[in-house]
Amino acid sequence: MELAKKQTRKAKIQRNMLPYYYLVPAFLIMGVITFYPLIYQVIISFTNFETQHLLLGLKSPELEFVGLKNYIDIFTGALPVENFNFFRVLEFNFWWAISNVFFHVPAGVLIAVILNTEGLWGKRIYRALYILPVVVPPIVVATVWRNIFDEQYGAMNQFLTAITTFFGQTDVVRIRWLTEFKPPIPGFLPGAPLTLAYYSMMIANFWLGWPFMAVVATGALQSIPKDLYEAASIDGATGSQQFWNITVPLIRPAMIPAAVYGFTISFNLFAFVFFMTGGGPARSTEILVTFAYNLVRNLRWFGVAAAFAVIIFFIALVVLLITNRITRATQNISEA
Amino acid sequence: MSTLVPASTPSKGNPLVRFLNMNTSGHTSGRNLPLWRQLLLQIVCILILCSVMFPIMYIVTLSFSSKTTRPSSLELFPKEISLVAYQQVLDHPTGNPVTFTELLRNSITLSVGVGLVALLIAVTAAYAFSRFNFKMREVLMVLVFIPLLMPAIGLATPLYLLLNNFRIVDCGKDITAFMPLFACDEGVRGKLIFNLRDSLLGVGIAITAGALPFAIWNLKGYLDTIPKELEEAAAIDGADANQTFWKIILPLAAPQLAVTFFLGFIGHWQEFVTSWLFLSQPKDYTLAMTLYNMTGQYASSIPWNRFAAMAVIVALPVAFVYIALQKQIVGGLTTGGVKG
Repeated sequence: MELAKKQTRKAKIQRNMLPYYYLVPAFLIMGVITFYPLIYQVIISFTNFETQHLLLGLKSPELEFVGLKNYIDIFTGALPVENFNFFRVLEFNFWWAISNVFFHVPAGVLIAVILNTEGLWGKRIYRALYILPVVVPPIVVATVWRNIFDEQYGAMNQFLTAITTFFGQTDVVRIRWLTEFKPPIPGFLPGAPLTLAYYSMMIANFWLGWPFMAVVATGALQSIPKDLYEAASIDGATGSQQFWNITVPLIRPAMIPAAVYGFTISFNLFAFVFFMTGGGPARSTEILVTFAYNLVRNLRWFGVAAAFAVIIFFIALVVLLITNRITRATQNISEA
Repeated sequence: MSTLVPASTPSKGNPLVRFLNMNTSGHTSGRNLPLWRQLLLQIVCILILCSVMFPIMYIVTLSFSSKTTRPSSLELFPKEISLVAYQQVLDHPTGNPVTFTELLRNSITLSVGVGLVALLIAVTAAYAFSRFNFKMREVLMVLVFIPLLMPAIGLATPLYLLLNNFRIVDCGKDITAFMPLFACDEGVRGKLIFNLRDSLLGVGIAITAGALPFAIWNLKGYLDTIPKELEEAAAIDGADANQTFWKIILPLAAPQLAVTFFLGFIGHWQEFVTSWLFLSQPKDYTLAMTLYNMTGQYASSIPWNRFAAMAVIVALPVAFVYIALQKQIVGGLTTGGVKG
């Protein structure tokens, strides 16, 4: 009797321990290659870690703990880097992400609605081909568009030349898409000049971004009962009234999480920005992650870069908390 | 198929399939599209199609061109089908002393290796989070997902510094030192044979560090959707938790394991942040790094037809995987990713 009790207790303990056994491999490895480096990063963010400390690391005799100096330097723009202002980069980064979503979502919805028209010819072909931008890797998209926007040999200027020639102009179009620093619309975004490179990136990323939104919107459109539209048209509602009063409210629960997803993706779109403009001209298209990358890869200021990464981490945390709230709020609406 | 389903039923399945196969025309309410609207919409659709195809046709045309000079006028349809550019890329991609085979091998080693290792490590943790209720579950889950907030460069920087300590040094006199455990004698500089930071293995470790949380997240999301009744039935039949995991859960999760692997593959194939930071020797370069090397200010000597051929080559495996597995990938993203 005692023995049996003991055995069941042992089995119970074993069962309680089981989930931890399953967690051991992942936590062991993440402890070494993920958590420890992240802690290490926080430590070196308080030091003046540079190339000469690479060999000995924290044991290096000249390594100094400089307290919050790196953080203060970043916020006050005291870093000896040309054209760097943290708050301008931050503002541009948010603007970049928001303006992308602002265009991608309505375009995706609109095109999904067009393709949802009953009796439209060639629907399937259009759908199959419109999905192509999603399939191409972003680094390829960015490099290809970079060449398209080339001042001398790029397809965009050649395309515009072809149009102006058609209208009788003889001049060759030479727009400096990626290198012109003078913003085409001065003061459009107070505090952060939007150069032509920004608009070029918007065009390229628009090409890349709307098809995904169209996929999501199509899914949402399919789930709207057709009778709603029939009832509405019997009551005499026009097409646009139906769109605003039936379509928009009913696809909103699907589109808001998609927009949030698009926002977070655009916010940290490293490879695309780095491959297309490298943050230029004069850091006008630099986003937080590309700047952090330049700090490590080109300037080799590991301490400052670590501080910068910690700052990005907290910005991402704030963004996550806000977007989470938005997503949850829309979920509640859709359930109610 | 959709003709059997009443139009009012929200169609199930993944969004991409619905996007591609949507055909509710069997349920027209009798309204026909007036011709003028049909034509108007066709014009709009064709304009959109032109904008979608523009960069694709441009780069494909360029890659089939034999001209090594930069394009002087816009061409969107190949006038010739020349494979010279592809041949040159396969033969000698850049000015660096590295062959295409080596680049390809490096890219495949990294993307497949990291994908498999991350999967192997993640699956048991995902199972534990999905199926067990234990003390600290919430805390540990938050802990696992915290690294997802860190941008790739934020994880790459400390790993760069840490992995840089692991070196093999030839101290001369047939002595080899494995740093940081053993160093050469005081004053002897020695010759660096191997630096973990400057190797594919080091890059692989660094990418795995970032890939693990995502793999756990993705798999947990899927395992949550496997009904508990199956395990309960297995338990009644006398299976213990380990048997349930190996015999019931793993086989059921196999499709999602594959999806997670291929999502990882698509991501790691394009990996640039870590490899560009870590690697200094051309023999370790990946295809993504080479593509970057072929544009911009450093690439004035590279003909654009060769760049275009390289772009097509880098894009093809991803496009292929995407198209072959579109159903699973989009489904996987929505079951695993979004709901978390």
